[in-house]
Amino acid sequence: MFANFDFEVILRSLPYLFYDGMTFTLTLTALATLGGIVLGTLLALMRLSGLPPLSLPAAGYVNLMRSVPLVLMIFWFYFLVPYIGQWVTGAARPIQVGAFVSSLVTFTLFEAAYFCEIMRAGIQSIPRGQVAAAQALGMNYVQTMGYIVLPQAFRNMLPVLLTQTIILFQDTSLVYVLSITDFLGAASKVAQRDGRLVEMYLFAALVYFIISFFASLLVRRLQSRVAIIR
Amino acid sequence: MHYNWNWGIFFETSPDGVHTYLTTLLMGTGWTLATALAAWALALSLGSLVGVVRTMPYPWLVRLGQAYVELFRNIPLLVQMFLWYFVLPEVVPAAVGDWLKQLPDASFYTAVVSLGFYTSARVAEQVRAGILALARGQRWAALALGLTLPQAYLYVLLPMAFRIILPPLTSEFLNIIKNSAVALTIGLMELTARARAMQEMSFQVFEAFTAATVIYIVINIAVTFGMRWVERRAAVPGLIGAPAPAAAH
Repeated sequence: MFANFDFEVILRSLPYLFYDGMTFTLTLTALATLGGIVLGTLLALMRLSGLPPLSLPAAGYVNLMRSVPLVLMIFWFYFLVPYIGQWVTGAARPIQVGAFVSSLVTFTLFEAAYFCEIMRAGIQSIPRGQVAAAQALGMNYVQTMGYIVLPQAFRNMLPVLLTQTIILFQDTSLVYVLSITDFLGAASKVAQRDGRLVEMYLFAALVYFIISFFASLLVRRLQSRVAIIR
Repeated sequence: MHYNWNWGIFFETSPDGVHTYLTTLLMGTGWTLATALAAWALALSLGSLVGVVRTMPYPWLVRLGQAYVELFRNIPLLVQMFLWYFVLPEVVPAAVGDWLKQLPDASFYTAVVSLGFYTSARVAEQVRAGILALARGQRWAALALGLTLPQAYLYVLLPMAFRIILPPLTSEFLNIIKNSAVALTIGLMELTARARAMQEMSFQVFEAFTAATVIYIVINIAVTFGMRWVERRAAVPGLIGAPAPAAAH
């Protein structure tokens, strides 16, 4: 069954797979996580603000993003981002953005909805008395959130945020639908060029498995270390 | 913005010469729902089995169940789909492989199997969590009453566990509907694929994707409301999640 399994093709394409492909995947994962957490925290603060003009759009946005498939959103933004760029810069025609910018915008905006729900749970897990105490000390909203609530919410939610990042790492493989050379895209291009689908896809699966598996092991160990002892 | 909106496009005939674009989208919705439902049946049965196995008093079975969950959770769904679709027919005996490749609707069956296995790992985690959420005494009481281990699971532990984990199962079901869109990569003409085809043929990008988005949202709302009704009916009386009994005056 594995009689004509060709390890050679994997070895030969290693530089391409990791230097071109994995770099794209990891950069996209890291930047989209950062952007997603920042935007998601803002969305969470909007949802919890108690002001309908802020909380309703945020809730609508989050629910919209969470009810459509990521693949559909990738297509949406692939066509929408040039128009958004035109609108922002006031250019005469839709701006051509590269595959990287397009997928970065997509993943940041999409994952922000999921990070928002995590941060919302994190903020809600802080005892109400702390907010009252901060206000009694004379802190304003920004100070209360920045010094008291958010640092604890981040710490409580760190394992969940990292788990979501692992999911995001796996989800970035979906940029395949735009024929982008991420790790899977690179593997798939070699697979089709050399007619070595079995080797390349098995190898890709192995690499994704190893990274995700050990990353979740680390998250589990971190979880026991950062937990606030009460 | 230089974009020519044309909402009438839905009633124009698509390149297949028979159906309007709207009909092709609805056909895609049918495939999406069929794939999601079939995969859900597989995910629920496999996931329950593995979830149960992970709470059994046999360490080697627990470890086997854990390995299963780790395997299907740590590989992206898209890669798993490629493994089932491109790799499996090559590594099984040639006769079986040929049969697999010539199967009509092969992408549908592949999508069902890969979505089913992928989601089963998540369902297994929920089922396990549900069983572990029960008081230990329930298992002991069931065994002390003379029930065998399978009977204890079937009549005591699982009925309670499933009622507790209904809300997370609902979100897994919503996930399976959304994840079925990944199957467009292996050629399944489900809703997102139809929207994409409509965009390529008619160049009405935003109308096509708006329609698909609206259909997904409608499905989402319908499932959420339906499941909320089921959750209310199945809530375990006395738990915090259950509606409080009418207060006595």
